[in-house]
Amino acid sequence: MPIHSPWRADFPGIQALEAEGQTYLDSAATAQKPQAVLDALLGYYANGAANVHRAQHLPGERATRAFEDTRAKAARWLNAPSAQQIVFTHGATEAFNLLAYGLEHSFLPGDEIVISALEHHANLLPWQQLALRRQLRLVVLPLDAAGLIDLQHAAQLIGPRCRLLAVSQLSNVLGCWQPLPGLLALARAQGAVTVVDGAQGIVHGRHDMAALDCDFYVASSHKLYGPDGVGLLYAGAAAMQRVRHWQFGGEMVRTADYHSAEFNAAPLGFEAGTPPVSGVIAFGAALDYLASLDASRIEAHEAALHAQLLAGLSAREGIRLLGAPQVALASFVAEGVHNADLAHLLSEQGVAVRAGHHCAMPLMKGLGLSGAIRVSLGLYNDGDDLARFFTALDKALELLR
Amino acid sequence: MSLPANAQLALEAFGACPGWEQRARLLMQWGERLEPLDDDERQPSNQVHGCESLVWLVADPQAGHWHFRATSEARLLRGLLAVLLARVDGLATSELQTLDLADWFNQLGLSRQLSPSRSNGLNAVLQRMRELAAGA
Repeated sequence: MPIHSPWRADFPGIQALEAEGQTYLDSAATAQKPQAVLDALLGYYANGAANVHRAQHLPGERATRAFEDTRAKAARWLNAPSAQQIVFTHGATEAFNLLAYGLEHSFLPGDEIVISALEHHANLLPWQQLALRRQLRLVVLPLDAAGLIDLQHAAQLIGPRCRLLAVSQLSNVLGCWQPLPGLLALARAQGAVTVVDGAQGIVHGRHDMAALDCDFYVASSHKLYGPDGVGLLYAGAAAMQRVRHWQFGGEMVRTADYHSAEFNAAPLGFEAGTPPVSGVIAFGAALDYLASLDASRIEAHEAALHAQLLAGLSAREGIRLLGAPQVALASFVAEGVHNADLAHLLSEQGVAVRAGHHCAMPLMKGLGLSGAIRVSLGLYNDGDDLARFFTALDKALELLR
Repeated sequence: MSLPANAQLALEAFGACPGWEQRARLLMQWGERLEPLDDDERQPSNQVHGCESLVWLVADPQAGHWHFRATSEARLLRGLLAVLLARVDGLATSELQTLDLADWFNQLGLSRQLSPSRSNGLNAVLQRMRELAAGA
């Protein structure tokens, strides 16, 4: 049975790439956008741009309303109790940096920050650098053979000096759901702040912040079919009160004098300067679009594609999967073939996959690899995309072996 | 300025290449012909940073003219290094600094390999060659 995506037609980008002979299998890096997002971007600019939160005029009012509507939509998407618990940043990376700087004051030398061995650089380097600035200990949770953070080791390593746990929900390299409930419980038992990197997780399935019960959840719009330049930080009810202001400028200030100032509370106090207005508005359109789809159908479609991807890879000799991917993506290496060579020949054949270290160099070193090829799926991918990938893979391997 | 003999050969071979498969085969063949580097030359100080695949580059200036040797763990990249070295072999420093390498790869039908999004490190190799030449 060929796998067909009923949503492919909604994405001009995937169709344009196909017409150009490109098979796009790199959605974990950034996703194509539905027509609704393109319309929203054009609509905002074509109907009159305006800055948000500071003008009394009609265009400003309209932009502010649309901007704040996205906040409400994002809160609904995550089942957050209040839209005020959503802070917009310029990307997920900025959200992690916001936390690392905004929480810096709450650490004492010798305190521990706990991350895992599979973290993306965005959820590693801000904490690593904070640890260096404040003489903290960065504790790295090891993985089991399937690529999951090992809960038994975590129970040993998340100790009384742990002040913060920051872990990924869904690995961008290994494609497996991490055991968040267990990990978060261990951190909470030590009174530690909990941060979840939802950059990949948010794209696959709906996640309920009330049920997840983390202090912070970070994601980006561009992987969730929205524009780039927009990140999202969810903060639990009281969590944002611990975070100090970190970027200063317009909009985040309540009263300012030459020598002192008072700042707004979250969310506005953490959105200094002009935010990505068009991006946030169009991100709202992406959420509307996604909310209009049948989530269980998407889940079934993605599961079927993923199963076909894994089956095809395992049917080929000398292909080694990284971990045991459950959804969305698969990373692999081919025995006796350098991943850069494979990537070169796949790209010659118009197959867009990611090669290299996937912004997780320490993880790759831990796996004893210099890099890997990652195939990642979006809801618009179909069985033909995978067929083209496998044809190209066979051809490349034949040439290289 | 006439082309070095090897560069002329590369131009003829790649110019006659009808498609990506033949081009890949040819690159791999050229990669096999790289002058070897000793084990002790494959050390971190000779490594070119900015490449996802490991690349080593050694300069042997000979009477004011440049001679480089390079290798990589990736086969196609070895081929790209070979056609690059073929072009720069024997150049004087001033020629190396002004050489339009984008044009060279373009002539070979390999211009995409130089695009800034490529992480194969070819751009970093060019940069490193120029630094070595400038520091000499």
